[in-house]
Amino acid sequence: MAKLKVALYWAASCGGCEIATLQIGEKILKLAEAADIVFWPVAVDVKYADVGKMPDKSIDACLFNGAIRTSENEHIAKLLRAKSKLMIAYGSCAYEGCIPGLANFYNRQMIFNRAYVETPSTDNPKKIYPQMRVKVPEGELEIPEFYDTVKTLAQTVDVDYFVPGCPPEEKSTWLALEALIEGKLPPKGTVISPSTKAVCDECPRKKEEKKIKKFYRPYEIIPEPEKCLLEQGLLCYGIATRGGCGALCPQANMPCTGCYGPVEGVIDQGAHFLSALSSIIDSNDPEEIQKIVNDIPDPAGTFYRYSLPASLLRRARIK
Amino acid sequence: MDNFEPKIVAFCCNWCSYAGADLAGTSRIQYPPNIRIIRVMCSGRVSPLFVLKALSVGADGVLVLGCHPGDCHYIEGNYKTLRRIALLKNMLAQMGIEDERIRLDWVSASEGNRFVSIVSDITKKVKALGPFRKNFEEKEHG
Repeated sequence: MAKLKVALYWAASCGGCEIATLQIGEKILKLAEAADIVFWPVAVDVKYADVGKMPDKSIDACLFNGAIRTSENEHIAKLLRAKSKLMIAYGSCAYEGCIPGLANFYNRQMIFNRAYVETPSTDNPKKIYPQMRVKVPEGELEIPEFYDTVKTLAQTVDVDYFVPGCPPEEKSTWLALEALIEGKLPPKGTVISPSTKAVCDECPRKKEEKKIKKFYRPYEIIPEPEKCLLEQGLLCYGIATRGGCGALCPQANMPCTGCYGPVEGVIDQGAHFLSALSSIIDSNDPEEIQKIVNDIPDPAGTFYRYSLPASLLRRARIK
Repeated sequence: MDNFEPKIVAFCCNWCSYAGADLAGTSRIQYPPNIRIIRVMCSGRVSPLFVLKALSVGADGVLVLGCHPGDCHYIEGNYKTLRRIALLKNMLAQMGIEDERIRLDWVSASEGNRFVSIVSDITKKVKALGPFRKNFEEKEHG
């Protein structure tokens, strides 16, 4: 059997997904046996022009991590889509927008202002912002356009599979690669994770009745080691998040933050968590309820930490 | 936008508010035709998702109506809604969505007039705010 051709790409993301691919450990030898890596900017020196010369659909699968933030991200996403038989959104950024997607609370001008003028360590009295084009003696230079709104990969090109996680755990990564190597592919659109249930299903903490009088932030309390973190007032996102990670965070005394995305069948993870969370507030008095919910300092950023671009509203309205 | 007619989705619970709306109708009380009523069994059925979905597909405002506190047919469904809308409003404020676009209120089966005054009020306020999508342009580029 001819070897598979695999491409990996890194768009708007932190680079953690690149490292996560290596988490599969010695299984990488199995991957090397079955597949050739034809494009992987972080590790292999292949230029964009070389990819352009490849025949269409000549790459068997592309693992694309990162959201679509700039015109370069979009261009390469479209290029790799044309060259690849399978497009896999690898990691939370490509799947849902993730942390780079939180920029959708602002627009380009606000982001540029913050980054190039307002930050205390910046000295820019003339308020010079990055320009797309600049003339130098040697000619005109051009950099990619920075978009107003961050998009997910699936909002940009057709995507075949999604691997959730920030970054994806080894088990999820291998599940996807194994399916690819053995040619046992799930139906198109599948979110590839060892679990379709919530994180709570994998969490060993003891769960009893959930009733909350006050929410805490992780630094404010030392949680009891065996009791459900949500029951202790921590905003643990496990109830609204797909499992498959093995509930690593709650086992390390940190509440789940929701990186594996919504559970099967849910279209808006933030709304789902908001609904579940507010239902367990232990009060029927409007004033007390308001006081309790006001303890959550950044609800939108908390509920949509990983999924703002993929949510129903996609971004904040800027006047 | 003087002739702007907002679209307002109203979720009414089966036991009180929908009957209240019905009473307003059978009593032939006039009220703005801007609302689209969706009957739900209980205001507790109204997930925040419904509100977001309504806004994302073209509603300019969302009204959630339930039984008065203490009167819920299912004992405490309306209290759940009370908590959800409180948190949802905190969140929507961060998303740049005006408070007046979303309203939770209570209407009993005998309060046709109250139903009318709530509908008139939200219609007036949303009309003043303008269309929801107008300043929510998802600029593709630039």
